Amino acid sequence: MTSLQAIDIALDRRLQPTSIDVPSGQLVALVGPNGGGKTSLLRALARVELASGQVTVDGEDLDLAPEARRRRLLSFLPASREVTWPIAARDVIRLGLDRPDEDRIAELIALFELELLADRPVNHLSTGERARVLTARALASRPRILLLDEPLSNLDPYWVLRFFEIFETVAASGQSFLIALHDLAQLPRFDRALLIADGEVQMDEAPANLVVGECFGEIFRIREGADGDWEIRRPEGRRSSP
Amino acid sequence: MDMHGAFDALRNRAFERQTLRVLLALAMLLCIAAHLLLPIAPLREAHEIDPELANLLLVQLRLPRTLLVIGYGAALGVSGAALQATFANPLASPDISGASSGAALGAVIGGYWLGISQPLALAACGAAGALGTLGLLVGLAGRKADTATLLLAGLAISLAAGAATSLALSLAPSPFAFYDAFDWLMGSFTDRSLSQAAAALVPASFATALLLRRARALDLIGLGEDVAASLGLRPRRLSLEVIALSAVAVGACVSVAGAIGFVGLVAPLFARRISGGHPGKAMIPAAMIGAVLLTLADLAVRAVPLDRPIPVGVITALFGTPLFIWMVVTMRRRLTA
Repeated sequence: MTSLQAIDIALDRRLQPTSIDVPSGQLVALVGPNGGGKTSLLRALARVELASGQVTVDGEDLDLAPEARRRRLLSFLPASREVTWPIAARDVIRLGLDRPDEDRIAELIALFELELLADRPVNHLSTGERARVLTARALASRPRILLLDEPLSNLDPYWVLRFFEIFETVAASGQSFLIALHDLAQLPRFDRALLIADGEVQMDEAPANLVVGECFGEIFRIREGADGDWEIRRPEGRRSSP
Repeated sequence: MDMHGAFDALRNRAFERQTLRVLLALAMLLCIAAHLLLPIAPLREAHEIDPELANLLLVQLRLPRTLLVIGYGAALGVSGAALQATFANPLASPDISGASSGAALGAVIGGYWLGISQPLALAACGAAGALGTLGLLVGLAGRKADTATLLLAGLAISLAAGAATSLALSLAPSPFAFYDAFDWLMGSFTDRSLSQAAAALVPASFATALLLRRARALDLIGLGEDVAASLGLRPRRLSLEVIALSAVAVGACVSVAGAIGFVGLVAPLFARRISGGHPGKAMIPAAMIGAVLLTLADLAVRAVPLDRPIPVGVITALFGTPLFIWMVVTMRRRLTA
């Protein structure tokens, strides 16, 4: 069943008219070169900017949904981890809910192992710790779709694995994810991958098919080397050294 | 920490904040009473002559002043907290942003050049001046300016508005303008009538009430404009609203009682200790702290045994400047750490 449906969303000069369907429970990766339009797509879907086109979640038009309803439909985690104010981590998570629910907050604190950090001001935590708090905030209202912009950067290896476990559990309950990331080694964990470049979705495949596509290497300017690692792809007939 | 301990800590912290709130409310009541009754000697003398006279003194002379002081302090606290939330910067405030200087300029031009004497019309001039400087600040520094840009732009605007005010006074048709204006430009509550108090307080309460309604939205803006926008808020519209309402609140008060610095900067800082760091929820405690601070400053002014009045703004600056320097130093340390 389709959860997120976007029809012809576009941002002037950054995102060509794009249509996307994400079924419920799907983990979708969003990859692409720097400046290719990953963040623009997420911002357009989250209605952060007044993009043209229409975005619906479970058939409800996001632009028409009131605040309390909207946070049950969609959550957005921007790439920036900055918080200006000395709000306790616990209270940051609380801001993700439209009414106080101490049980839900305690559950998220346990899930993200924040017990010792819960009462510390969030602007004094390390960037990785703050990423856990802000992701917990995004999950708090159990939205149908989560748009996460590079949630895994700044995390240590344990937390990268732990985040995937959490994403998979949450997705199993029917919520879906659209996650922008750079580390191609993590692609096999996703159900589907979108490649976005020049403000346009160039490929929409299962992760295994994505990386073997010819156009994939061209866009990223890399290729799979003999030992299975990625290496830089240089224009033919030019043996340049750095 | 086990679950039980966590809940205990939570309860303790909530209790601590509740205690602070109650103490603050008590301090405010105490300040109001003290401001109405002190100095008590004239009241007692009047009472001995005729109880009705004491009553008259209290209602006609003391009450407008007390109301004005409380209202102005509260307006500074609320608009300071709202501006800080909007600019995502703990140094944004009516004085640092140049809004107070702009309001003074507006009131001076209205009063000495356009010949306006009706208090409410003067309040509108003050609000227009504050709006002008805040608009200029957004134009110069942008809404998401870093601290240095915000401070420099605010400083430049304040200096320009100050100079323009002096110029407007020097060239004013009335030769007494300069002397006359000195009385209120730096903040004065002496001999304000009930209608003057109303001209400041009616627009200010209206604007403040509208600002308080946006507390939740301002808390969410604290998570970043993108998150707020994804929740259906319109950050741009919200910040224009906050700027316009703060300009009305501060402008109206400045036109009656002069530009008073530092209260709008400092009150939100303390208020966020009560609101658990939330910038929007800090508005109500900021109103109370602002009212307390300004009442204390005015009490200090009245307690000085001089026949010439000391401007209230001098007192707030005397105590506010060291605090401001401390804030700048701790911010710099955090930035370089």
